[in-house]
Amino acid sequence: MNWLLILTIILGVAALSRLLKVMELSAILRGEDVNAMKDSDSKNNALIWVLFGGAFFYFFYWQVKNYADKLLPISASEHGVETDNLFMVTLVLITVVFFITHVFLFYFAYKYFVKKGQKTEFFAHSTKLELVWTVVPTIVLTSLIVYGIQTWNTITTPAPEDTPVIELYAKQFDWTARYAGKDNKLGNSSFRLIEGSNDLGIDVNDPHAADDKIVRGEFHIPVGKPVNFVFHSRDIIHSAYMPHFRAQMNCVPGMTTRFHFVPTITTAEMKEKTKNENFDYLLLCNKICGASHYNMQIKIVVDTPEEYEKWLNDKKTFAEQNAPKVEEAPKLDSLVMGLDSTLNKTDSLATASVTKK
Amino acid sequence: MSHAETLEHEHHDDHGHDHFHDDHHKESFISKYVFTHDHKMISKQFLITAMVMGVVAMLMSTFFRLQLGWPGKAFPILETFLGKWAPGGVLSPDMYLALVTIHGTIMVFFVLTGGLSGTFSNLLIPYQIGARDMASGFMNMLSYWFFFASCFVMMISLYVESGPASAGWTVYPPLSALPQAIPGSGLGMTLWLVSMSLFIVSSLLGSLNYIVTVVNLRIKGMSMTRLPLTIWAFLVTAILGVLSFPVLFAAALLLIFDRSFGTSFYLSDIYISGHALEHTGGSPILFQHLFWFLGHPEVYIVLLPALGLTSEVISTNARKPIFGYKAMIGSILVIAFLSFIVWGHHMFITGMNPFLGSVFTFTTLLVAIPSAVKVFNYLTTLWKGNIHFTPAMLFATGLVSTFITGGLTGIILGDSALDINVHDTYFVVAHFHIVMGASAIFGMFAGVYHWFPRMYGRMMNKQLGFVHFWATIVSVYGVFFPMHFLGLAGVPRRYYANTEFPLFDSLQDINVMVSTFAILGALAQGIFLFNFFYSIFRGSKSVDNPWRSNTLEWTAPMEHIHGNWPGAIPEVHRWPYDYGKPGMDEDFVPQSMPMKPGEVEIH
Repeated sequence: MNWLLILTIILGVAALSRLLKVMELSAILRGEDVNAMKDSDSKNNALIWVLFGGAFFYFFYWQVKNYADKLLPISASEHGVETDNLFMVTLVLITVVFFITHVFLFYFAYKYFVKKGQKTEFFAHSTKLELVWTVVPTIVLTSLIVYGIQTWNTITTPAPEDTPVIELYAKQFDWTARYAGKDNKLGNSSFRLIEGSNDLGIDVNDPHAADDKIVRGEFHIPVGKPVNFVFHSRDIIHSAYMPHFRAQMNCVPGMTTRFHFVPTITTAEMKEKTKNENFDYLLLCNKICGASHYNMQIKIVVDTPEEYEKWLNDKKTFAEQNAPKVEEAPKLDSLVMGLDSTLNKTDSLATASVTKK
Repeated sequence: MSHAETLEHEHHDDHGHDHFHDDHHKESFISKYVFTHDHKMISKQFLITAMVMGVVAMLMSTFFRLQLGWPGKAFPILETFLGKWAPGGVLSPDMYLALVTIHGTIMVFFVLTGGLSGTFSNLLIPYQIGARDMASGFMNMLSYWFFFASCFVMMISLYVESGPASAGWTVYPPLSALPQAIPGSGLGMTLWLVSMSLFIVSSLLGSLNYIVTVVNLRIKGMSMTRLPLTIWAFLVTAILGVLSFPVLFAAALLLIFDRSFGTSFYLSDIYISGHALEHTGGSPILFQHLFWFLGHPEVYIVLLPALGLTSEVISTNARKPIFGYKAMIGSILVIAFLSFIVWGHHMFITGMNPFLGSVFTFTTLLVAIPSAVKVFNYLTTLWKGNIHFTPAMLFATGLVSTFITGGLTGIILGDSALDINVHDTYFVVAHFHIVMGASAIFGMFAGVYHWFPRMYGRMMNKQLGFVHFWATIVSVYGVFFPMHFLGLAGVPRRYYANTEFPLFDSLQDINVMVSTFAILGALAQGIFLFNFFYSIFRGSKSVDNPWRSNTLEWTAPMEHIHGNWPGAIPEVHRWPYDYGKPGMDEDFVPQSMPMKPGEVEIH
């Protein structure tokens, strides 16, 4: 195999050398220099430019046609709709500019290749023209800037106080979600407290920590309600990329970062919309973080509020998890389960009435 | 011109004469080819070193494209080149990241900064401004040898047992600071930092020299507004380098401290491999600020020389003056200025203050204005021209195309709201490879084909040049255009494989196509390499001024002599773009030709 490769290279070089030699000799026979430019060279290349241009535009069209349905489905978050609109406006604009400028490029290449007696225009400067193509892009870009910054401001306005907080905790190479619980306050945590099963380093003595709920493998969020994500990392920089929600934020060790959005389509609805039974929302790591970077993910499930409440209530709080005695008594646990669901219902009703006030 | 300046010039001319007459003594091999002070030889040294590095980086890209196109498939060639890093011919994830990292580092710094500026600033600055050599030949020599040393260290790092640096070419800490996080952050990363430090020294020595030379050694009549646009581009590039590379040096130095001496500039609150580290109080984001304060001007350090070369090649081959000469200079200056206040657009999602994000969106999108001016000026230069499609001209027009295509997607990435969802996806990879990678390399190829006769006194084979161009532009778009769609489908960059996500299964055929074009593109560069080395020895002898060009370098004899011109350096009487001027005998008027009586200087 390797010898074959080396042999191919040697033969290739030899063949090319011979080819050039033949070209040079035949040029000498015609009394020419093989490398002197002839007008026909320019003509041929101008023609290829036009062919290339056609092929390029067709390639563009072909890709749009074939790949359009492979792109991300419609935005599953409120702000994502605005982002997508901004994206479409920008995309249409740059596509138009792309085509116009390229048509000019290919046309000029074809029209003005060197010909005997072709007069060139000695045209070095025109204040009017230059003003036009400075001012027009300025105006267009100014409107894009304003539109873009407005969208950015809507997205980055801090979340309202009572928005449920979910911490996304990154480490090589997995994600953990922590729900702030009833008090909607995350218990303090520190990398120094990481020990044994307490791998988020949560401060056991912080009263806010007791009702926190730690979730792995997948996490749920309710449709139609804002969620306020808080990001942490324990080792290196990761990035929480949730492409379906048009959301992304870096997780930086020693820093807290935030992103909030309102999911608008449940997983079940999205399965229908995409006609894909296996569809799932995902959170991917999108900042190079090591050997398994390409597989650092967690599933996101968007539930109806009722499903969400039920799912969350089934999860144990940090205090419960930390009380080993409860875990050692599975019988009691399963007994309580039945009661639990009824209890939770009254509970969630109670919360709902509180928020209404 | 003041009296002092005149004296200066006379003095310099005399100096040149002396050298010329001294030149009859035999130069040793070492002083002529190795530790040479001659700008022409140094330029060749830069070019060939950069070509070697370019081949390495290109091979790396085909290696990881094999993995991305056909994930998990065994390719014996990978084991041949990479040994234990590709057991059984399947690339390991660690080596994948290393390849991506070193590919980026080599291409950005060694090929497109060292190679592009080093080659053409050295070759063209003295020739085009009418100087005998660089202001300091010794510094120039040091600049090359630091570059060589830095290449050498970078190559050595490929053979380190724990692997070369693999934290991405941006080497963000903490990943790049902690060998526990990734094996490449051990000795490999140390060597990377040493190599980059050497590179920065090389770049600074070179840049200072370029600036001083352009400012001080212009021949009589060569005012700043008569400089070819190449020289303007090289000058501004050098200024950018002097202002921004020291910041990278600081960033690298602090990273070295954090790695080796236990400081905490970038590290804080880290728990890794079962231990809480001592570091507290640092910020990884600080590194990003420092890095991109260089990193963004770096984009223009790469691009501006290419644009300068293109301006020259387009005007010469369209047989028309470059349209809007002063606007071209203006846009170079505006781009250069803006390049220092847009670095934050690389960091929109690091949790920066949203207001700051708005400011960076604003400044970033402004860059589109001078860029648009440049594109329109190129197009107008082509309009009603008499275009000779030499290989150089093909690459120059190719640059106009890639500069448009890649520049336009920058409007999406520079918009913070849109960046959120395409940040660090293949959309970014597509964007910067087209606008910076392809454009800069096209400019470089245009330069090589155009000035090859000036460098070696021979012509490159034109037919192979044509084939090289068409194969290259087809593969550039074949590789990078589909990547936009990968990005819009949400595929993150730097993934070893997309196989862990059923979501991306339907995109595999795009990756196969991309990889196929990448291999085609790599093979096409073989044609160039062959043509280059064949033509050095066997190419047909070039006539004087083969492209019928106006600039001063073509008034010097084709044979390389110390001091460039045998007699006095020709004085300059006009700007360099009098192509097709009405009332003149030919369709070009060299800068050294005095104005005819009654002729009006137009620009």
